[in-house]
Amino acid sequence: MIVDRKPLSFWERMYLPSIWGGFKITSKHFYNTVFRGKTGGNTLSKGYYPETKWDVAEGYRGAPYLVKDQDGATKCVSCQLCEFVCPPKAIKITPPGADGQTADRKNAEKMPREFEINMLRCIFCGFCQEVCPEEAIFLQKDYSLTGLARGEMIFNKEKLLSLGGTSGGIQKWKHKLEEAKEQEVFPVETK
Amino acid sequence: MDSFNQYWTSLSPLTQSVTFSVLKILGVLFLALLPMVAYSVLAERKISAFIQDRQGPNRVSLPLVGSIPILGPLLTKLGIWQPLADGVKSILKEDFTPSYVRKAYFWLAPAITLVPAFMTVGVIPFGSTLGSQKMVIADLNVGILYTFGIVSLGVYGIVLAGYASNSKYPFLGGIRSTAQMISYELAMGMSVIPVFMIIGKLNLSDIITHQAQHGWMALPFMATQQTFASYLLWPCMIVSFGIFLVSAFAETNRLPFDLPESETELVAGYNTEYSSMKFALFFMGEYASMITASCMMVVLFFGGWSLPFFGLDQPATSIVGGLAHIAIFVAKILFFMVVFIWVRWMLPRFRYDQLMDLGWRRFIPVALANILVTAVVMYFVR
Repeated sequence: MIVDRKPLSFWERMYLPSIWGGFKITSKHFYNTVFRGKTGGNTLSKGYYPETKWDVAEGYRGAPYLVKDQDGATKCVSCQLCEFVCPPKAIKITPPGADGQTADRKNAEKMPREFEINMLRCIFCGFCQEVCPEEAIFLQKDYSLTGLARGEMIFNKEKLLSLGGTSGGIQKWKHKLEEAKEQEVFPVETK
Repeated sequence: MDSFNQYWTSLSPLTQSVTFSVLKILGVLFLALLPMVAYSVLAERKISAFIQDRQGPNRVSLPLVGSIPILGPLLTKLGIWQPLADGVKSILKEDFTPSYVRKAYFWLAPAITLVPAFMTVGVIPFGSTLGSQKMVIADLNVGILYTFGIVSLGVYGIVLAGYASNSKYPFLGGIRSTAQMISYELAMGMSVIPVFMIIGKLNLSDIITHQAQHGWMALPFMATQQTFASYLLWPCMIVSFGIFLVSAFAETNRLPFDLPESETELVAGYNTEYSSMKFALFFMGEYASMITASCMMVVLFFGGWSLPFFGLDQPATSIVGGLAHIAIFVAKILFFMVVFIWVRWMLPRFRYDQLMDLGWRRFIPVALANILVTAVVMYFVR
């Protein structure tokens, strides 16, 4: 596209019309704010932040938390894909090891011994959610994370699970378990 | 009280005048200038907020005052205590000095920016008389020359800050400010020459006295006795004032001419590497120089402390009259401060070549022509 640049008239080159236009629009906003109370906060969200909380829209990328499945078991299987993909290296996973605790749901091999997210490093990009094969981590609606010390901002597995809530999702392992059981039954058709 | 009077009259005249001078310096600096700087920052934040549909600072509350029924919350909403919080913040923040800066100049630059801005106020007559004292710290006969001399020192602080920071954005900011301030100093100096041609004196007190009698330079109808000559010279004075006003914006690095700082291009220009109180000194320097520029405009073009009603055009004879004159002067300054602030949120920044073009190819020729036209008009009128 070619923008047609017309030569400015003498009056326009004096710069005074622009000043007048600027004064008109700024004084209009000034009047509306001071005398009619029409600030952005009052018109758009009916108040200001600490008193009036913000309505978080669907699909908002807030803090990433771990979720449980519908039986209350940890969904994470400690595959460490999120740790690998995390651009600011905010996620730190400690795997259970050879003789560690087994997963608290059936048929899943393992779960992390410790799962830490440093919320000071997290950039809320959502890669962890995207890469997770288990749908175990989701970016949720929390946007106002504060703490009095840096240590407080490192969220451990327990805290992440309690904040994350429940999400049934695909129930991959449950289906696998049912399939395996069905295989053991050998439903042979007899006449 | 009697013993104090006896003691006071026993002092030598020199001691008395020195005492009064020290009192005036301290009064102007700590009762007028520093609070005005602090509250013009608040005004800037509030006015910018109102223009941009925001509320501005409205949270800071003092423990006891905040609990007074209606007044406390109102003052909090107006952000009256915000400058206190800002001051405490600047002092408590870490004063970080990067390893690569040139330390001596880095420490010197904020002071060199702030001091000239405060020094200029010394020759400004901020009132007529209070008791027996003239309300000016130093009644110099070369007042305006002193002002221009000191104001041009202000650029060294910024250039030094750009040089001492030893990194690219401050350096560019410093270079820009050198070119900008020097160009506009010429136009500014030439724009006020017609004023002195008409009045014939350089002493700022005499300039105000003349305007009180013969009408303000930019508004000749504000006079007790109207003269035809001042109306004939009105267009020249309008041109003078216009050039002076725009140059004042450029000299104080305010938008639309804040190229040394220009946040969108140079991070923060010359003060990129500065933090905490050193940054606050630059900030205070900017607002102090805005105040002195407003003072200069009021003194040169808007009749200083005078007002052509209620006999306020004569030097005050009573304490009340003296205080009224100071109040008038402050009110006029505040008007120009609001103009400075409002323009910042109204106009976009000029491009660098447009700035230089405006200074060298528009204002300097116009200012020269204005001197000539004023001389011709004066030749026929007087």
